[in-house]
Amino acid sequence: MTDNELIWRIAGGSGDGIDSTSQNFAKALMWSGLNVFTHRHYPSRIRGGHTYVEVRAKDEPVQSRGDGYNFLLALGDSFARNPQEEAYYGKEELKPLYENFDDLREGGVLLYDEGLLDDEDVDEIGLEEAAEENNWHVVPMDLRGIAKEHGREIMRNTAGIGATAAILDISTDEFEKLIKQNMSGDMQEANLNVLHDAYEAASELDIDHDIEVPEGSHDEEQVILSGSNAISYGAIDEGCRFISGYPMTPWTDVFTIMSQHLPEFGGISEQVEDEIAAAALALGASHAGVKAMSGSSGGGFALMSEPLGLAEMTETPIVLVEAMRAGPSTGMPTKPEQADLEHVLYTSQGDSARVVFAPANIRECYTQTRSAFRIAYEYQIPAIVIYDQKIQGELRNLPASHFDEEPNADPGSVLTEEEIQDAAHHTSGKFQRFLHEPEDGSNVSPRSVPGQKDGRFLATGNEHNPSGHISEDPENRIAQMNRRLGKLDDIRADLDENASHQTYHGPEDADYGILVWGSQQGTVFEAVDRLNENGHSVKALGVSDMAPYPKEEVSEWLESVDEALVVEMNATAQFRGLTQKELGKYGDKLSSLLKYNGNPFEPAEIVDGFESSIDGEELAASNMKYVPAAGD
Amino acid sequence: MSAFSAINEEREIERDEFTPGIEPQATWCPGCGDFGVLKALKQAMPEVGKNPDEVALFTGIGCSGKLNSYFNSYGFHTIHGRSLPVARAAKLANPNLEVIAAGGDGDGYGIGGNHTIHTARENHDMTYIVFNNEIFGLTKGQTSPTSPKGHKSKTQPHGSAKSPIRPLSQQLNAGATYIARTAAVNPNQAKEIIAEAIEHDGFAHIDFLTQCPTWNKDAKHYVPYTDVQQSDEFDFDVSDRAEAAEMMRKTEERLYEGEVLTGRMYIEDERPSYGEEKRQIGEMPEEPLAERYFDEDAEWERTYDNLLEHHK
Repeated sequence: MTDNELIWRIAGGSGDGIDSTSQNFAKALMWSGLNVFTHRHYPSRIRGGHTYVEVRAKDEPVQSRGDGYNFLLALGDSFARNPQEEAYYGKEELKPLYENFDDLREGGVLLYDEGLLDDEDVDEIGLEEAAEENNWHVVPMDLRGIAKEHGREIMRNTAGIGATAAILDISTDEFEKLIKQNMSGDMQEANLNVLHDAYEAASELDIDHDIEVPEGSHDEEQVILSGSNAISYGAIDEGCRFISGYPMTPWTDVFTIMSQHLPEFGGISEQVEDEIAAAALALGASHAGVKAMSGSSGGGFALMSEPLGLAEMTETPIVLVEAMRAGPSTGMPTKPEQADLEHVLYTSQGDSARVVFAPANIRECYTQTRSAFRIAYEYQIPAIVIYDQKIQGELRNLPASHFDEEPNADPGSVLTEEEIQDAAHHTSGKFQRFLHEPEDGSNVSPRSVPGQKDGRFLATGNEHNPSGHISEDPENRIAQMNRRLGKLDDIRADLDENASHQTYHGPEDADYGILVWGSQQGTVFEAVDRLNENGHSVKALGVSDMAPYPKEEVSEWLESVDEALVVEMNATAQFRGLTQKELGKYGDKLSSLLKYNGNPFEPAEIVDGFESSIDGEELAASNMKYVPAAGD
Repeated sequence: MSAFSAINEEREIERDEFTPGIEPQATWCPGCGDFGVLKALKQAMPEVGKNPDEVALFTGIGCSGKLNSYFNSYGFHTIHGRSLPVARAAKLANPNLEVIAAGGDGDGYGIGGNHTIHTARENHDMTYIVFNNEIFGLTKGQTSPTSPKGHKSKTQPHGSAKSPIRPLSQQLNAGATYIARTAAVNPNQAKEIIAEAIEHDGFAHIDFLTQCPTWNKDAKHYVPYTDVQQSDEFDFDVSDRAEAAEMMRKTEERLYEGEVLTGRMYIEDERPSYGEEKRQIGEMPEEPLAERYFDEDAEWERTYDNLLEHHK
């Protein structure tokens, strides 16, 4: 079998430089003209534990992790606590070699560092047998020895890259360029020597295999970045200059990127005592006239519930991001899941009035974060960007021109001092900040900002009258509730007119549909292509607007198919539930394919899941769950 | 040109400006100490030369949280215990605002205790008034973090087994740079202390004893009181941390023995405020951030020109 793609997995322990090496490898392949996509898997610990990253490279654009991998560079875990013992979690040092080596494709290459991993130990895990059965090409090399000869042991990863390049017959030019760009002095020299020596040593082995690394070229300049980068850059370009937060995986990435760059852009970052404070600070900054954000992951976001409700009640614009990880409670901190949807939609007391976007990829992370700020400040409402650990850390290349957009720092519906003079005031002297019927006929009553002359008003979490004073008058209550909730209809109309966030894929007249939200979109789209090649008639709809829900778009699409499978990474089919609730029907048309084992779907799993659902067969794979439509 | 012309407006300020044109019926009970805070705050304003549109008053939840319903300035009645994080961000966003936060003893020493400690630690240039009546008022008389040990209430029928919080000592350790205790029954001192606190460049904490005639009849309205600065018995240096600590301990203990000590407890003028510290290390712009959003000539840099190179 000849693969027309490379899926290179580098596996080691946390601390072995797996992440940085994979980033360099991906960038070098992008420079060589290929399209790349990475998939990260790591444990919640600082040193040791099986960590791997897959770099998938093709000549055509890649939007998903692949099925398994065809090249494994197993460095072994140099930080294993009990390297030679059968530890609680299995033989730690060897884990990066044997754990899920079943996923190595037939005919694949398995290169391991025999400098760290003892050959006798390797014999014990049945590698020889498995290699024979699957026609793997096993290449033991003393990468550690090569690294130590020129520099330090940590350079095993550079040796691994040199050897990979030789085996796959790719030029080392781009790797050299990267080393020269990132390092200097002795460090640079040592790494270059390690790279070359490993390349020479591997060339001499003359490994015969079937992987053909494709060749490609780009029409325009490319950049490679993560979802966290794209969310941060979207925020900055939409005028956000204030962030407050408390560290929590995987949200920490956005917080770090923003904290590092905001001062350069004249902004402020605050690391505070807890997430309640984090959300409250963003609210305070926004109240004082600054475009502000905060964010967290599941548990931290739970602490933000009350400030979130305060933002809804006082109509203070705010953008929050929620980076999902596997729950409940502390769950699996470094593993992706899409199980916080209901949490984000409904948390906080009372009827919620908020906007929730779920970008599906890096491109959408940028555009939808910008949308979130625009909507939040124009409509004086909290907007939440919900994403997961998968998008947060995956790298993908895309044209630099995608970011060549004008900035927009417009603070939204805020009055100037001149406008305040002409605006309605109460006889108490207070500015009427919460009019029942705003003058332009919309549901948004423009605000003033502290320090503006004659703009003073009371913002309160209590129900309030037009000047902000606490009121429990029933008529006022109804007017204010209807106006605040009415903004959601205005926003839906705005989005429908200006920026649909939904993505359609596959033949329009297909009989079957796959409905997906957030990070699994690319994988579903790849599966849809394969299903159509296999003779099925399938299309997909990727939904990003969780609230206000795009009812018209989704019902129109659902009407056009006989049945639809909803694919999501959680155990209780939250998005399917939302869809049925919002549309009030389709319970008999929607079935679910769910995965919640801490790993995102592979395209082949969705193909299998779809085919067994059509054939009415049991799912072969035990790592997923199928839930049929009502009545089936 | 500033987009906020109310800030630093040069004119005489009248006390009445802080009374709303139509005064809402206060929710406070007759004889409540909260009236004393409102009165002292209004009186302090002309002294510090601040007008209603440049003052932002952030409150928590409870009887004390209603303060900005009866005070004519920008107001933000937040959620229980969270007035400080909302307030301090407004100060960072626009350092020219006069930021005041207020709440009760449950609000600041109980549910929001974490924020009280951290805001003091950071030394934000703002004033924090804690209405301390040693009881939960609005929820009808439960034991609070400052209720004396043994205090009986519906939720502590056998008397509280807990020693009360020591708010002054706690704030000294946390890092507040102006700490005072005053009482609603002492309006002149209260006014002076509020004015000093506002003028202090750093975090000023006022533990304000507010009698609750409805739920805490035992507290005897905090009379008679002693102003420690006026008394010969207490000769201590208010800028000396060790002497201040000793004075605070005495003040806290004697309150529960029936002796009400008030006055300035600690004043530290040297320590820079948080905003100054942050500007010093280049983490905060020199000009108020809020001004930029109203300046049509402001330049907004974009990531495409500044950050994308690294990803190529």
